[in-house]
Amino acid sequence: MKLTLHVWRQSGPTAPGRFETYVAPDVNEHMSFLEMLDVVNERLTAEGKEPFAFEHDCREGICGSCGMVINGRPHGKTGLTATCQLHMRHFSDGEELWIEPYRAKAFPVIRDLIVDRSAFDRIIQAGGYISARTGSAPEANAILVPKPAADWAMDAAQCIGCGACVAACPNASAMLFLSAKVSHLGLLPQGQPERYERVQRMLEQHDAEGFGNCTNHGACEAVCPKGISLDFIAKLNRDMLASALRAPVAQE
Amino acid sequence: MRALSSLWRLTVGKKIIMAATGAGLCAFVLGHMAGNLKIFLGREVFNHYAEWLRHIGEPLLPPTAGLCVARLGIIACAALHITMAVQLYLLSDAARPTRYNKVDNSLVLSRTSLMMRLGGVTLGAFILFHLAHLTWGWICPGEYVAGDPYNNVIAGFQHSWLAAFYLLAMVPLCLHLYHGIWSAFQTLGLNSPRYNALRRPLALAFSLLVFVGNASIPLAVQAGVLHL
Ligand code: HEM
Ligand code: SF4
Ligand code: FES
Repeated sequence: MKLTLHVWRQSGPTAPGRFETYVAPDVNEHMSFLEMLDVVNERLTAEGKEPFAFEHDCREGICGSCGMVINGRPHGKTGLTATCQLHMRHFSDGEELWIEPYRAKAFPVIRDLIVDRSAFDRIIQAGGYISARTGSAPEANAILVPKPAADWAMDAAQCIGCGACVAACPNASAMLFLSAKVSHLGLLPQGQPERYERVQRMLEQHDAEGFGNCTNHGACEAVCPKGISLDFIAKLNRDMLASALRAPVAQE
Repeated sequence: MRALSSLWRLTVGKKIIMAATGAGLCAFVLGHMAGNLKIFLGREVFNHYAEWLRHIGEPLLPPTAGLCVARLGIIACAALHITMAVQLYLLSDAARPTRYNKVDNSLVLSRTSLMMRLGGVTLGAFILFHLAHLTWGWICPGEYVAGDPYNNVIAGFQHSWLAAFYLLAMVPLCLHLYHGIWSAFQTLGLNSPRYNALRRPLALAFSLLVFVGNASIPLAVQAGVLHL
């Protein structure tokens, strides 16, 4: 199939960007979206032109590095997939695609389609950990975990930190990511000691990074490749309220 | 203190304050409507009710003190609600300095947030008009008689433009309530698979009740059911 691609080009963080148009004349429907971009890039390189930069690593939907916005939708139109798992069979001959980087103050563009997502790392550093005894491994069943808590924590732990939720949110809020990261620890017994401190610290960092505020729209949930549920945001809100009103806090 | 002040400092805290004060305003709207409906019981009962409001809390409190406290509470709720709404709007607006060139309309749902933000502002303007009309008596088209709210309400609503205006004003109010009540459950973390399916119907029932209850008064005056 033949596709017309309008791809965002930006040579550096402060450079002005613009769309450049490429025609991909021979896209195979079995290609993944990234493979399609590889082919376009090879051709550009052969013509002596600069290939456009995009981020990728695992190409199997687990590392979270490949996000881009395709026709206004992070990770493209299928839902529940990362860009690397989006296949060209979902597109039709002659289609026109607008491919842009994530747009958020907290995710500055580095080059073309690549954005700097280290704000997420700093949110994790602020509280996304548990205290554990080091040394020999503890007995596996020493801490009992109720099955529903284990299941729910596992659902939250699926978040791959891709940032599509931020890209889709009309407020560029990272609340879905944050709620998944707070919940997958907060639901488990091992996460209890820091449960409320964690909410405060991670939220503080979230706000300091310049992400916006959740208005319960649900665009994040609709694009999340891992199907993280809005219910985790409600749970985050509940923990936030508890942390403000009654949780024990260290000497301030 | 730092934990407590996070309600004021952090985005989720601000949103929680907005939902809590919104819930307070909802309670007021419902109570206010119930009180208004006493107009159907006649001049005597309605004016007596208005007078009774001034004496809430007596003899524990001095005359009108109870009413003053209630008014201050409502004003505080409204002020906090609006302040948080404006602050959060500005924060969120700044979080996306560069817009997308291609927008997927199925994701953006901008109608809802426009409805909440612009609708909220319209609502604020209406509340001021409503106070100027019936509390302060500045823009009462009939003759404003202090201490005779029965007269003031009915004389006003006998003018069809004013009745129509009040009916129209119920639209932004009830839309705001419809989305707001559903949303507040999420914001306050009162979210459970056990009753999530009831949130929409509850919001709908509440906002319809407020609409029908409040709209019945100008309609009844226009139909001649209520008269001086
Ligand atoms: C005076 C002007 C008002 C303004 C400017 C205003 C503005 C807003 C805004 C911007 C939101 C957030 C919507 C969102 O996040 O999607 C909101 C939520 C809400 N409002 Fe208002 N509002 C006003 C008056 C009222 C009144 C009179 C009531 C009640 C009778 C009310 C009840 C609520 C409720 C319950 C919420 C839900 C909070 C949440 O989203 O969790 N508001 N308001
Ligand atoms: S919540 Fe979903 S969309 Fe957001 S970072 Fe995690 S995996 Fe990506
Ligand atoms: S490249 Fe790893 S998730 Fe797409």
